[in-house]
Amino acid sequence: MSEIRTLIVDDSSVMRKIVERALRQAGLEPLVVHEAGSGTEGLEVLKDKPVDLILSDINMPAMDGLEFLRQVRAQNLAPGVPVVMITTESSEEHVKQAIQAGAQGYIRKPFTAEQVKERVLPLVRAA
Amino acid sequence: MLLNGVRAAVTGGQRGGGNRGFASAEATREGGAGSGGAVPRERTMVVSLRESVQQVSDPRNLDASVEEVFRMMLGFECKRDTRPAVVDKESVTAVVGFGGILSGACVFRSGAGTALKIAAQMTGMEFTGIDDTVKDGIGEICNMLAGAWKGKIPELAANTGLSVPAVITGHDYKLHVQAPEFQIHHIYRFDEQFFEVTIVCDGLQ
Repeated sequence: MSEIRTLIVDDSSVMRKIVERALRQAGLEPLVVHEAGSGTEGLEVLKDKPVDLILSDINMPAMDGLEFLRQVRAQNLAPGVPVVMITTESSEEHVKQAIQAGAQGYIRKPFTAEQVKERVLPLVRAA
Repeated sequence: MLLNGVRAAVTGGQRGGGNRGFASAEATREGGAGSGGAVPRERTMVVSLRESVQQVSDPRNLDASVEEVFRMMLGFECKRDTRPAVVDKESVTAVVGFGGILSGACVFRSGAGTALKIAAQMTGMEFTGIDDTVKDGIGEICNMLAGAWKGKIPELAANTGLSVPAVITGHDYKLHVQAPEFQIHHIYRFDEQFFEVTIVCDGLQ
């Protein structure tokens, strides 16, 4: 199986590690992870590195996850790449905004590795 | 430290989402039924928590949020405890502010030993002292507690934003809150580790 190149965008380095661990537990191997601490950093990563999957927090300083996602789509930086938002925001309004911005999945923090598997694996397989 | 300062930070430059999560009122336009081309009339809907203050201040919401975050993210069965929290001389406090139809903060506080144990469980690493990774982890725990708590009330989830976590470490410090609208303060335990979580509401629309 070819590498699954993944961008994880979260202002918490601990949360980035937890997400990476959950992806590995979900069986996404071999996994190559690129990390970004904000939406702005995430855009810079995507300009240099092709990815197969993006997971992004919403609430971040500098550029939040929704604006990051809009920019990704507007600049065509990751065409066809599935994006999953992982966030503490749980309202229907936030889910709607994420979908409108171009997200295919939504995981609310706190989450289990099983939830990550259920929501991310089908997207990767379908991509 | 005044938690009102947190509120100012939240409302002045909230964490992500622009003003989307902070709208307390919205105007909608609609035509009358069967009016066919009638002049649309303005309807203003105001989101308010005033009438559901008892639901918002229900202490069971906090207990459920703490149990959920610790079980799902750490695998710890965490229970409320009536004993006074045993806090090491060195303690760690994380604060996440609320802004929107509710203003205030979620405050997590534990001794250094408990914070190290939580961070170790989150990361799979061992820590000998409170470093940036431990502070980051405790800030995220507080962030998830704040998010889980506000998520229990749909109006709150949709109309209240969260600030970036602030983490304070040190010895012999106290947090002071100026006459909150309501406050929920509980002590929790997992294994023999204790911590406190406080929800402070200093403004409700």
